[in-house]
Amino acid sequence: MKLKKLALALTATVFASSAALAEDMTIVSWGGAYSASQNNAYHKPYMEKNPGVNIINDESAAEAVAKLRAMNEAGNVTWDVVDVVAADAIRLCDEGLAMEIDHDSMLAAAPDGTPASKDFGDLVVSECFIPQIVYSTTFGYRTDKVGATPPSDVCAVFDMAAYPGKRALEKRPINNLEWALLCDGVAKDKVYDVLGTPEGVDQALAKLDTIKDDVIWWSAGADTPQLLADGEVVMGSTYNGRLFALIEEQKQPVAMLWDAQVFDLDGWIIPTGLSDERTKRALDYVKFATDTQRLADQAKYISYGPARASSAPLVGKHETLGIDMAPHMPTDPNNAKNTFLYNYEFWADNRDDIDAKFQAWLAK
Amino acid sequence: MTDMTAGKSGEVLTTRDGTPLKAALAKALRREKMRAILLIAPLLVFVLLTFIAPIADMLFRSVENQIVEETLPSTVQALGTWNPDEQEIPDEPVFEALFQDMKVAVKEKTHTQVGSRLNYESPGISSLFRKTGRQIRRMDEGDYKAQFLDADKRWGEANVWKTIKQFSPTYTDGYFLSAVDRKRSDTGIEAKPEREQIYIFLFWRTLFMSMVITFTCILLGYPIAFLLANLPLRTSNILMILVLLPFWTSLLVRTSAWKVLLQQQGVINETLYQLGLVADDGRLELINNQTGTIIAMTHILLPFMILPLYSVMKTISPSYVRAAKSLGANDWTAFWRVYFPNTVAGIGAGSILVFILSIGYYITPELVGGTSGTFISNRIAYHISSSLNWGLAAALGTILLVVVLVFYWLYDKIVGIDNVKLG
Repeated sequence: MKLKKLALALTATVFASSAALAEDMTIVSWGGAYSASQNNAYHKPYMEKNPGVNIINDESAAEAVAKLRAMNEAGNVTWDVVDVVAADAIRLCDEGLAMEIDHDSMLAAAPDGTPASKDFGDLVVSECFIPQIVYSTTFGYRTDKVGATPPSDVCAVFDMAAYPGKRALEKRPINNLEWALLCDGVAKDKVYDVLGTPEGVDQALAKLDTIKDDVIWWSAGADTPQLLADGEVVMGSTYNGRLFALIEEQKQPVAMLWDAQVFDLDGWIIPTGLSDERTKRALDYVKFATDTQRLADQAKYISYGPARASSAPLVGKHETLGIDMAPHMPTDPNNAKNTFLYNYEFWADNRDDIDAKFQAWLAK
Repeated sequence: MTDMTAGKSGEVLTTRDGTPLKAALAKALRREKMRAILLIAPLLVFVLLTFIAPIADMLFRSVENQIVEETLPSTVQALGTWNPDEQEIPDEPVFEALFQDMKVAVKEKTHTQVGSRLNYESPGISSLFRKTGRQIRRMDEGDYKAQFLDADKRWGEANVWKTIKQFSPTYTDGYFLSAVDRKRSDTGIEAKPEREQIYIFLFWRTLFMSMVITFTCILLGYPIAFLLANLPLRTSNILMILVLLPFWTSLLVRTSAWKVLLQQQGVINETLYQLGLVADDGRLELINNQTGTIIAMTHILLPFMILPLYSVMKTISPSYVRAAKSLGANDWTAFWRVYFPNTVAGIGAGSILVFILSIGYYITPELVGGTSGTFISNRIAYHISSSLNWGLAAALGTILLVVVLVFYWLYDKIVGIDNVKLG
């Protein structure tokens, strides 16, 4: 008798907890300061508005594509909303792993009534992609190790005579090959034409060869700030928000080299294979989190530019530091004198091929 | 229980109830065996379901290639008669078949999947399929060839059609060829251009570095195991804790600690610089290269060498060495001729553990290996999580598994697996 009661009680608890679980919403993002900014700008206000929903943060955005594919194959998608870079969004869309979005009907219009697709403009690079921020990959340098003439040109990276010391570059061909060609005399609008040929890839690798012995290759965004802070490298590429934190929050002797920064986008996708109820909830969240005010709010915590045109005028001061955020945005006119836009189409096509050459070059 | 019926020779022995003794015995044995199998059944099922089956499934991906035929069935069929030597690009019927296939594929959103699959073999096909997919709805009936060429002129390239034809069979050796830096061309299998060759080189480097790591582990682990086995209990216990403490510490913590120690502005270089042993611009490069990987991995895998060695040495009676010495051997001869041969089983066990663990190591080379100190496992991880080329990752993994098995077999032939003692 006692045993039966116990079993009953157990079943009841299991059911109760699964009922509670039903209200959980798993949002996948990048962790660190970035997730913190989303937590402050989106998650907290959303949960206040919707007390029934409990947001769970998962920090595996870096492996999102592989994990989503595995979940999809297993027929058990446990994520509700996923934060990915635009290139990954395109791949997830191609693989049928992300849901197609009708931006105008599913997302909030700007306060003046401009439909979402117009407000986001060109940043909607895929039918599945809901843009969130514009970030850039750019260089930071140690102000105390570059002598009297701090670098102002991205080609300083290749100038071992003027700026001796190690550099940190990302362990992948994207961005590095573009910079190498730019500094090898290729005109900016010809870079991808050149890179599309085998000779162009060789030319870029030959340019990188001139500094290969002095490069530390990073694979996580936190590597370069650490290497700069330790004085292991003189300059290094990373995401502009990481450098902002290093310079303004940790007060390290580091400055930004905005020249030839590469713009990239980050945003949300909703996985396919969710139940109708979960899809509805995910859409509701995304509609809230990408409205004009919410995107502007995120810029209070991290120096990434909001993806909506209508959010830009609303960007204010940093929440704790109290400094104006606009001059730290990659899109600020002073910073954006010479910029590059990540060429999604080119890299979607050539990534595997060029990466094989790049990795073979790296290994030797 | 058996009752021997006293009688003539040649008569079958039976139990009391009349069944032949042999059958009764076999039955009893069978029952026992069944009981044993039932006992291990939960574990067996668990291992089969959670370990063997996923591995087999993953390895199977290295040859599996249904996607092209499933998504473009009529195109594949229509291409059967196309001969690239006679004709630059296929005729209208193939384009019509492609149109029909694409119409279905676009509806099911599978055309981009085929595009990504074929893009591994020939760059550009991914965008070709994506772009064409967007235009397929606008195509009219008739003259498909012109319409496709209008949608994207790459449909007029023989290479695109050759790729589709070559990778249309359900099973492919393409991934395995890529995994050994080969590819199939018009004339047969040939090596890839030298600047694209990487995997064979990485396999060799993985093997070489694993051997170096195993060897340094023997070199460093042997004396420690000897001390552990021979010091008085009180001291050896403390020593044992010193061996086990890092063993219990998280792998990531230990690897990160090595970063702090080994980097150019790190503890070791700073000390050497302060002592005046190295110049400021001549600091040693101890990390982000092979040296870093070897140092960090030797440290991490050392307990796997020390523990088997220790347990073997513990069983060697001190009287052996004493006997050797009393018979006139000096210290070295007593060690080399008497003590050392007794420890070979421990070295074997330790080496096999360290070698097999290090050959598949991933996280430490990733963090401290830079570019010259990474292993083949890092490329496998890259293809699983970044490039999503799971077929190639599976082929590389299969080769790695086979290499490990071959080494195990070689080891068994040379040393004998029965000689391995783990305790």
